[in-house]
Amino acid sequence: MMENPWFSVGKPEHRIDAVAKAAGAVRYTADYSVPGILHAKLATSTQAHAKIKSIDVTESWKVPGVRAIITGKIFPFHIGPILADRPPLAFEKVRYYGEPLAIVVADHEYQAKRAADLIKVEYEPLQVVNSVREAFKTDAPLIHENSGQYMKIISNVYPVQGTNIGSHIKIRKGDFIKAWENCEYKVKETYSFNLSDHAAIEPRCVRVEINPTGKVVVHSTTQSPFTIKKVLNQFFNIDVGNIIVHVPMIGGAFGGKGTVQLEPLAYLASKAVGGKMVKLEYDREEDLITAPGHIGLEATIALGTNKSGKLMAGQYTYLIDSGAYTDQAAGITRAAAIDCTGPYNIANVWCDSYCMYTNHPYATSFRGYAHPELTFAVERTMDQLAKIIHMDPVELRTINAIKPGNSSPTRTTLNASNIGDVSKCIERAKELINWNEGARKETAEGMIRAKGISTFWKTSTTATNAQSGAILKFEPDGSVNLSCAAIEIGQGTKTILAQMVAERLKMDINKVHVTMEVNTQTDPHQWRTVASSTTFLAGRAVMNAADDAIAQLKRTASIALQCSMEDLEIGGGRVYLKPSPEYGVKIEDIALGYKFPNGHAVEGQVVGHGRYIQRHLTPMDKDTGFGKPGPWWSVGTQAIEVEWNPKDCTYKILKALTVLDGGKIINPMTAVQQMRGGMYLGLSFASHEGFQFGTDGTVLNPQLRTYQLMRFGDQPADYIVDFIETPAADGPYGARGIGEYGVIGMAGALANALSRAAQIELNHLPLLPEQIWNVRKEFKNDSV
Amino acid sequence: MISNGTSKTVVKLHVNGETRDVMIRSADTLLETLREQLGLTGAKRACQNGDCGACTVLVNGEPMHACLSLSIETVNQPIMTIEGLRNSSIQQEFVDKWAIQCGYCTPGFILNCHALANKRPDADDETIEEWMQSNLCRCTGYQEIKEAVKSVLQNHKNDSAS
Repeated sequence: MMENPWFSVGKPEHRIDAVAKAAGAVRYTADYSVPGILHAKLATSTQAHAKIKSIDVTESWKVPGVRAIITGKIFPFHIGPILADRPPLAFEKVRYYGEPLAIVVADHEYQAKRAADLIKVEYEPLQVVNSVREAFKTDAPLIHENSGQYMKIISNVYPVQGTNIGSHIKIRKGDFIKAWENCEYKVKETYSFNLSDHAAIEPRCVRVEINPTGKVVVHSTTQSPFTIKKVLNQFFNIDVGNIIVHVPMIGGAFGGKGTVQLEPLAYLASKAVGGKMVKLEYDREEDLITAPGHIGLEATIALGTNKSGKLMAGQYTYLIDSGAYTDQAAGITRAAAIDCTGPYNIANVWCDSYCMYTNHPYATSFRGYAHPELTFAVERTMDQLAKIIHMDPVELRTINAIKPGNSSPTRTTLNASNIGDVSKCIERAKELINWNEGARKETAEGMIRAKGISTFWKTSTTATNAQSGAILKFEPDGSVNLSCAAIEIGQGTKTILAQMVAERLKMDINKVHVTMEVNTQTDPHQWRTVASSTTFLAGRAVMNAADDAIAQLKRTASIALQCSMEDLEIGGGRVYLKPSPEYGVKIEDIALGYKFPNGHAVEGQVVGHGRYIQRHLTPMDKDTGFGKPGPWWSVGTQAIEVEWNPKDCTYKILKALTVLDGGKIINPMTAVQQMRGGMYLGLSFASHEGFQFGTDGTVLNPQLRTYQLMRFGDQPADYIVDFIETPAADGPYGARGIGEYGVIGMAGALANALSRAAQIELNHLPLLPEQIWNVRKEFKNDSV
Repeated sequence: MISNGTSKTVVKLHVNGETRDVMIRSADTLLETLREQLGLTGAKRACQNGDCGACTVLVNGEPMHACLSLSIETVNQPIMTIEGLRNSSIQQEFVDKWAIQCGYCTPGFILNCHALANKRPDADDETIEEWMQSNLCRCTGYQEIKEAVKSVLQNHKNDSAS
């Protein structure tokens, strides 16, 4: 085969959005301003759990410029993506500190804010449920009195009426009870961390108007424009075709912009002012606590092995703190069960994954969707188990690594295509972190250098009919426009898709123009831009569209060149005869149809269309979890080396390492960007982040000044990234997903490294020096 | 009625080498004025509390949080926003070193780096860190940004040496 000089897949093509972003020329949702636009501001709850006795808006109406004030009475119904349990504006009671209570619409934002501040709410405080453990108690106050009556939007959600359980997902594989009795070595430990936040630098923002013909036009910072259409249709009775959602580029999302919260509020606000355009832009404080954040967790894991360290039985209890509403936490609960074991082959698995209501701000998807969280617990358990067996922790992972022929907790059979090579990832990581040189050393200055390792996997629990579409429209200069509703949230997806177009059409990538903004009226349907699924779903759709375009180009060319289509090849901006490549026609001469010398014309514009839909996925069985939840698993191993100061428990992260098997890597540089960024996010979460709650359930740190995250200089001194590229047979060019994976093993690896450094067991996040100091103190007291 | 400081005054701001008329309330921040009246949206609103640096602009060449500056305070002072910086070496380095993902923090970081290169061309790692800690990035993990800043400082040194 002749080598393609226009190859693009596998090449570090520069991001197509970088120059405009460096110039500050990209306009994000909040950057658009229209004369006459009205501004909405929320009044939010100052209580975590209380009955609403009255809402007095008298003083608010006295502020000049106020056009409308609405409260929960205007829409006393529940909405939600999985279980419809959340009123967009609280009515009857509030369930978290920061919950929306009322909206003020005014000419200027400062007027709306002033008026919102003047709303007087009278509460009757209720007993606050301040942790998942409290929530789980049989005599706990109920946060949702009628959860059994809520409408289920997807099948796999099981609220338990009369409790605070929003959903309960079970895995029953093999015979755990019998296997556990026969285990030689056993460990059982508990792990926890509080809710935290995505803290994307761009706060959420939306504009909505309702035009006189009934069309609802939404501009939003969203990862899920078609879900906005679904929600407005499902709960507000607007025809799907009458809802148009526009999405410009997004300033970071990390899963936090995947669910629908602001859009219904702005819709209600616009409706209250006769359909005029209303903008609702969250302040940082609202973005942190009013908008949904990252789950909290309490996990208990029991692992048992035979004499040689082979895992025989695993029991996993996940109490997921979903806060006041289930939102995507109900899906996370399911995902946590699906992959509960981590990438280890265990024949006997028992998992109870609970989505727990508490009086905390509610949680939604966060990059990794249950996996960074469960991996922290699993990987800490593996290290503690290794200690009990007196086995090297890397060795323990190696002998238990899952591989083709084994089955997942939901009993999906694994093969060489649907799972990456776990053992190879472990081996490469071991090498790159120099594990054999020793995992713990004291330096001449009295500092401790220690390493920690963590292995992980993840499948993407998309909808079973998740899909994507793409349109390729040719220009008379031979270039091509790609329309696809994949959203650019910073991950570089538009560049990846352009590379696939260039590769398939064997053309210059500079001739591929990608529409950066998404418009649901003109772009084909795309499930969402979440779950590391876009390269896979949209990639397949794009390849399909390219094949369609190639067929059309060949057809027009066959007329122009008076030959059969079969004799033609495409490449370098031409369609030409395979046996005599010099004989051909330029794409620019057939892009809008071919015109004969006498003026007659045939065919017309080349418009390629392509689509892809998930194949053979199923929901899970309610009692055993049996099912096929996702198309493939990407797998990896991560490691951390720290330098820990035993005097004050402070530490520096010297090295952070990822070895990922994500199938074929389309762009090695954007892939490295994704891994480094993921590692940073995982380390920031593990080392710094978390909401602090008062005894009354209020959030004590709802600002970026007090909600600390890693700043410049706190990052690892060295990031090491490497890829194993075991191809996925059905992935585009063999690619699996990679977007979320950099995050997943970081908390586990950091906690393992610091536990080894301090010679204590660090099972709670965040790993602030003070936390380490406290745990060490307890350990010392215990051993005295 | 609650008046809430609604009266407005026309003042002149010197932005990116141009003199522009703006109509401001005494409470308007520089960030609001730049974005809403002059369409200079490269300065981002992200925390309005001086915690994240996404709104960074240069006033008299010094990096400032536009969210914490009142418009009235900046009258008669040269203001530079990202829109006034064209084809600079720092912008090129951010592109070349892959220091950009979502791009939301990018203008603030670039202006802060630009000021650092001008004010402290000999900055050591500690100084770089001190300056850059005023800005948050949530996508990159900071390594690429660090490489971009160091590269610009090195280029400056090479230029002045030759």
